[in-house]
Amino acid sequence: MKRQKKRHYLDISEGTNVLFNIILIILSILAVVPFIFVVIISFSDEASIVSKGYSFVPERWSLYAYKYILENGADILHSYGISLIITIVGTLIGLALIATYAYVISRSTYPYKNFFTIVALIPMLFSGGLVGNYLVVARLLNLKNSIWVLILPLAMSPFYVFVLKSFYRTSIPDAIIESARIDGASELRTFLSIVLPISKAGLATIGLFLTLGYWNDWYNAMLYIDEQALIPIQYMLIRIENNINFLSQLSSQQGIVSEVTRNLPSETVRMAIVVLTVTPIACVYPFFQKYFVGGLTLGAVKE
Amino acid sequence: MWTRFKKNFGLTAIALPGLIWFILFSYLPLIGIVIAFKDYRISGGFFESLLSSEWVGFENFKFMFATNDAKIMVRNTLLYNVFFIVINIAVPLFIAIMISELLNKQGAKAYQTMIFFPYFLSWVVVSYFVWAFLSPDRGLINRLLESLGMDGVSWYSEKKYWPFFLTFFNTWKNLGYNIVIYLATIVGIDRTYYEAASLDGASKWQQVKHITLPQLRSLVAVLFLMAIGKVFNSDFGLFYQVPRNSGALFPVTQTVDTYVYRTFRVIGDIGMSSAAAAFQSIVGLVFILVANYVIRKIDRESALF
Repeated sequence: MKRQKKRHYLDISEGTNVLFNIILIILSILAVVPFIFVVIISFSDEASIVSKGYSFVPERWSLYAYKYILENGADILHSYGISLIITIVGTLIGLALIATYAYVISRSTYPYKNFFTIVALIPMLFSGGLVGNYLVVARLLNLKNSIWVLILPLAMSPFYVFVLKSFYRTSIPDAIIESARIDGASELRTFLSIVLPISKAGLATIGLFLTLGYWNDWYNAMLYIDEQALIPIQYMLIRIENNINFLSQLSSQQGIVSEVTRNLPSETVRMAIVVLTVTPIACVYPFFQKYFVGGLTLGAVKE
Repeated sequence: MWTRFKKNFGLTAIALPGLIWFILFSYLPLIGIVIAFKDYRISGGFFESLLSSEWVGFENFKFMFATNDAKIMVRNTLLYNVFFIVINIAVPLFIAIMISELLNKQGAKAYQTMIFFPYFLSWVVVSYFVWAFLSPDRGLINRLLESLGMDGVSWYSEKKYWPFFLTFFNTWKNLGYNIVIYLATIVGIDRTYYEAASLDGASKWQQVKHITLPQLRSLVAVLFLMAIGKVFNSDFGLFYQVPRNSGALFPVTQTVDTYVYRTFRVIGDIGMSSAAAAFQSIVGLVFILVANYVIRKIDRESALF
């Protein structure tokens, strides 16, 4: 009877709560265990993997993979650097493009706002497809094997423009802009010194979406990059996988393990690269999750 | 008119960099649709090639109705999407309700954070995760099978498992995202509905059935129709990276997007790939317009335009 009283009348029963918790614990484990498994593999001893396969409890632990990357993995670290550069530069350029464009279409008094809105809307409905994109980027703009090909195509997206536009609409009162105009501030000045500072939360959301998009991108590199010096880390992982597939086919056909196979990153090193690729996201995202959630919710807000 | 333009020049100038981006990266590529109706040959510069290539009408599209490859990719794309739509709408709905009803709110937050995690990974990374489990000689699954005295399976050449695998991976990666979308709406439901229902003696289950679910109905409709609009698209990374480009799996992993990529980048056939891409764009547009029309009928507020 006492327990009954303690319960809030809107709550589910204790039994149901336990059941829900069990289901959610299972789902949570499923979500994070593959990553933990890969972390364990990366800290396993190579020999025990060769004899026993991947295991949650390796026979012997080892720091070999990480030492190897630090000492011999110049190209891996270089790719890591490329990913960092495109992520930082891309996020900044993307934010600049999206923040300005979204601001202009958010201004209710701007007479051409419908035109600019439609310009951003059509790409959401219709795209030229792979061939059109490839020919424009590679043949017309000549961006093949240029770092800009990893930055520019991802800088803007109609979806982000509309999310930020909703944000401006809900958080910037027309009166503020009006008063700045009366004070004689130019449009650019109003935007830079009044609109941007009060839009930090919205910009943070879009910035995080962009950061994630750049860090996780491999598609543009796969299409446009052949040069070793410009390979981002995600594409590096694809290349390693391709080389291993290719060489294992070759060696199984000819019955030899070539010298090249031995120089490829070992199992543990490959998994260590994966860990290094995921770690920045895994460390940062729990703290920024609310911005993502905020952004997704904003996307649903209609004016 | 000129004075109006001059008066608003400040704002127009601010939008200019974005406008240029849209022209370069969204509008010029629409030429791809034109190329689908041409026998594209490279001769000189970009525009020269485009102008000097001959019109061939629907010649490039013929293969789509003649070859078995085309049938397989269309079938796969549509079937996977049907499964993905149903699962990605129904499963997160129930889990979001569970999370919102939990008594331990701290736990709810922790679960949500963990379930959201896979969404932040790239398919390339996921393909390595999958490899750790499915690798024929080192993978965890085969080692478990062997320790139970069973034979290992060469997962990357047995196509019968992959429709299940791909559906599972897709659900796994997107579950957290879809939960967030539902939770945003559930949190916004007016608490007084529940209080009133509870005073009238409604059980928790009745409250969920008669308050929460009806409140989510228009969101479900919108999600459903948005997904229908993309029924001809597929997640390239899921179908290309996760099966490790394994030829033996093509009958169950080839979709329109992987087909376009392979014919264009591997075989180099501009005609067929641009035709498939154009077909995808045009069918996609029709589906989106129809979906939007239906959304407007159901709930004006939720329509895209």
